[in-house]
Amino acid sequence: MPDLNPISLWQRLLAAPNDSRGKTLTMAFLVSFAAALAVSSAAVLLGPRLDANREAERRARLEALIAETPGLAEVLPGSGIDSLEVLTVDLRDLSLADAVDPTQVTELTPDDDIAGIGTRPDLQQIFMARDGRDLALVILPVYGQGYQSTIRGYLALGPDLNTVIGLTITEQGETPGLGATIQTPGWLAQWPGTQLMDEAGEIRVAVVRGGGSTAYEVDAITGATRSSNGVQNMIRFWVGPLGFGPVLDALRSGDL
Amino acid sequence: MRAALKPLFDPLLRDNPVTVQILGICSALAVTTSMTTALTMSLALTAVLVASSAVISLIRRHIPAQIRLILQITIIAAMVIVADLILQAYAYAISQRLSIFVSLIVTNCIVLGRAEAFAMSHPVGPSILDALGNGAGYSAILMVIAFLRELLGFGTLFGATIFPTVADGGWYQPFGFMLLAPSAFMLLGLLVWALRSWRSEQVEPASTRVDREEALS
Repeated sequence: MPDLNPISLWQRLLAAPNDSRGKTLTMAFLVSFAAALAVSSAAVLLGPRLDANREAERRARLEALIAETPGLAEVLPGSGIDSLEVLTVDLRDLSLADAVDPTQVTELTPDDDIAGIGTRPDLQQIFMARDGRDLALVILPVYGQGYQSTIRGYLALGPDLNTVIGLTITEQGETPGLGATIQTPGWLAQWPGTQLMDEAGEIRVAVVRGGGSTAYEVDAITGATRSSNGVQNMIRFWVGPLGFGPVLDALRSGDL
Repeated sequence: MRAALKPLFDPLLRDNPVTVQILGICSALAVTTSMTTALTMSLALTAVLVASSAVISLIRRHIPAQIRLILQITIIAAMVIVADLILQAYAYAISQRLSIFVSLIVTNCIVLGRAEAFAMSHPVGPSILDALGNGAGYSAILMVIAFLRELLGFGTLFGATIFPTVADGGWYQPFGFMLLAPSAFMLLGLLVWALRSWRSEQVEPASTRVDREEALS
């Protein structure tokens, strides 16, 4: 009958020679377990504060996008982000919903999933501003897989829903100095004026090395090809048929 | 009494981890463009160092020799993640400016160095003192370099204007070089040189120096 009394087991463990196999395995397990416990409790306890900080950051960046884009502030009645009309759209049938529900998602097949996101949340919040009755601006949330992190941002489109007014990156964890350049004002300054689609409706927007020669191209970052591709693919996905493409069509025809 | 406090005071000057052992200089270069980031980084490193030294010293008699380093690193890494989360929760703006350098405390040689060289072979009390001393020694050097870089590079200290710059209608032309990483190398080098001229016992014995002719050939 093995002795299962925890106190005597613990004493036996402490008394065991340090280099015995049992003690090595037990110590490795105990230390990893304690470390995992410390990290996860910190993450859970601080979670609400962290989320609030990230939300404030997102809001500040959206405000910065509005402030930095020429002509945008004048379009908005009142001041800043609060004058934006917020719509929660169900991407499956273009109906309007009351709140975002992250549990409703659509699985993407690997071929469709160019942004590398796995599943697409069906309910999305978009922001719009109107100039009188005409659409002046639409801001779409976009995200996708970069080189080593998820890149999140907002894409602002002009009244033709094809010309980029601005792109802002709110969250990324790419390599500092290389991929993280996607968040710098200098790189983002290339986006205003970029066209998403040609007349036939084909998505042409691209981030390419030495780009900028056509209205559809933006110059990629040297040494950060995969971060550059990540931004390109995330925009292509979200303005495409599985992203906001149908929403944009509905806005163009005035159905939404 | 003096002997008991030796682990606390020795690393401040006589055996400073940065200027004597030349450890932890990567972060010392990266976060010293402003006093605020340097102070935050110093506090984070000291907290991680004290906590990890205490825990490692506490269980030192039961750490199997073969997996010694990996256990130390696991403990240190957990502490660093917790410190990083606390910073992100309570000092979000500063944690964004420090970017990856807080997470990189885990690779800071000072932390693992003190765990291996001191905490593994000393009781908890002296280990905490040693950690505090080394944290303070690291912090002191960071603050000196950050003081010079921020004052000369921006004309400010902790963000408050000391020298009004030309751009703001004052008289001070900021020394832009101070904001680049190489300036931290040069300041650190000058500091090491000054300290070793003053306390010549810190100069390495001739055997560890690179032979001049060998270096030239």
